[in-house]
Amino acid sequence: MADDASIRALEEKVAELRTMMESGGVDLSEEIALLEKKLFAWRRDQYARMSDWDRVKLARHPERPRGLQLVNAVTEDFYELRGDRMGGDDPALRGGPALLDGQRIMLLFHHRGSTREEQHSCRYGMSTPQGYRKAMRLMNIANRLRLPVLSLVDTPGAYPGVQSEEQNIAAAIAESISRTLSLDVPSLTVILGEGGSGGAIAIAATDRVLMMENATYSVISPEGAAAILWKDSQAAPQAAQALRLTAPPLIELGFIDQIVPEPVGGAHTDPEATAYELRAAVSNHLQELSSIPLDELKALRYKRYRNAGSVRAAADQEA
Amino acid sequence: MPIRRDDRGRYVEVEPRRTEETAWLRCRECGELVFRRKLKETNHICQRCGAYFFLTAHERVASLVDADSFEPLGLESTSPDPLQFVDIRPYQERLEEAQSITGLNDAILVGRGTLDGRPLVVAVMDFRFIGGSMGQVVGDEIAAALEYCSQEGVPIVLVVASGGARVQEGLVSLLQMAKTVAARNVLAEAAVPFIAVLTYPSSGGMLASVGSLADVTIAEQGAMIGFAGPRVIEQTTGERLPAGFQTAGFALEHGMVDQVVTRESLRAELARALSVLQGGTHG
Repeated sequence: MADDASIRALEEKVAELRTMMESGGVDLSEEIALLEKKLFAWRRDQYARMSDWDRVKLARHPERPRGLQLVNAVTEDFYELRGDRMGGDDPALRGGPALLDGQRIMLLFHHRGSTREEQHSCRYGMSTPQGYRKAMRLMNIANRLRLPVLSLVDTPGAYPGVQSEEQNIAAAIAESISRTLSLDVPSLTVILGEGGSGGAIAIAATDRVLMMENATYSVISPEGAAAILWKDSQAAPQAAQALRLTAPPLIELGFIDQIVPEPVGGAHTDPEATAYELRAAVSNHLQELSSIPLDELKALRYKRYRNAGSVRAAADQEA
Repeated sequence: MPIRRDDRGRYVEVEPRRTEETAWLRCRECGELVFRRKLKETNHICQRCGAYFFLTAHERVASLVDADSFEPLGLESTSPDPLQFVDIRPYQERLEEAQSITGLNDAILVGRGTLDGRPLVVAVMDFRFIGGSMGQVVGDEIAAALEYCSQEGVPIVLVVASGGARVQEGLVSLLQMAKTVAARNVLAEAAVPFIAVLTYPSSGGMLASVGSLADVTIAEQGAMIGFAGPRVIEQTTGERLPAGFQTAGFALEHGMVDQVVTRESLRAELARALSVLQGGTHG
């Protein structure tokens, strides 16, 4: 079985052969192709054996394609709207109208930043009350102009700072959930990376919820659960498993509607292929949702959240 | 303390399984030890520093509604343990322990009663039940109570005593935020007053959902009101917390609540708030 170290060693070997071929003029393409095939098999094998904790790390991978990058790859004509009109603008939660497969939609997305500086300024995607209040403002516009709402979620959680509390982040989240649930237009969420707790649900109480194959969606981080319940921060891998925060158990429990496939090794190995799958899934669901009459859509939405958690109980009763 | 093997095969000390509450309580403000049976005599007030001890849900209900007017409306369901969750103890065991200590099916007691003769529904949380955390049952109870009030035209008082979402129910507990807010949106369509009382503690997912969406919000003196716990804030941001952070006074100062009241005056305050919210005739 291949481990991280042997995969890395093989990657280095391939790179070395490539340099040799380029600089020495020797044709090593057959050898390289052979090794690459082996490398792919190893990667696929390792990928298939991933633990939930490995998935958490993949969802947080520094090279994983993030908000703005995917927005630019998946949509066209994105026009960013800024500010909550109450005193601030949050760079961690952004949005505006965009075109997706020719349809005008309202985008909301977390942005974690690509560079160090950017990551710092947008707090690794942790949103402030300004972010949720801006989201509500954008949802109001979407509602009035009849634009479906697409939320792309990627946040460790809402920002836990003194100022957040002073500006009543709890109410901002509560009101944002309320605004999302009362939309008169179709709504769709894709959990791109981390779906962290209140910071995620604030914009994710939508008609449908999809998850990227290596995304996580949870009420608390594995580290947080480990500290509270195991009283041991080292227990994060066990907590990750116990929380069932990856896509496969969540689709089985009926809480998400589709898993969007990622390339072997994760989204960062091929952002283009990732964007292709994401666009196809989003486009498909938005089309389906658009065909449902509004009354029915809102009734289905109410039922979805009113019955949340009762899925297994209901299934048990039927069985 | 009893010893058991954890899931990594190590021997760890575990808390003994309890069937009743401990005889002594420690005051969270001054550390004074108080004999639990004496609490009633002192009105659940620490004789050394004046801080409030928790009221059980039953005690709280009794303190708010007219004598003998309370009729439970609860769903009597128990958590299905949707994730079959086990940490250092099985969640099922924690549930059974909390049920036996509190006599409740979960962390909330819902019922109908009267206050000074006026009908109302009360939904009162009990912190002793796994920290008053909101899982599926609490979500169901609150949603059912809000729906009942929308249909019957009866006002509702929600008394929050909650550390947040029930971690052992994973995403199910997070979705209760959407569930309770959805039901509150239904109530918003009916002309029915909704009052929230925030007590110690009102935090996390409970505050970031239905707990923050009442028409009138009253904080009990001594309440802790905040989304994130002080330790989380310090560890994540390195910020120093200002004096009086997340107290009832802080909440009032920052526009989160309408009133801060003592426990003794809460009943009268609720009666007053309920009376001023009713009687709208427009439309």
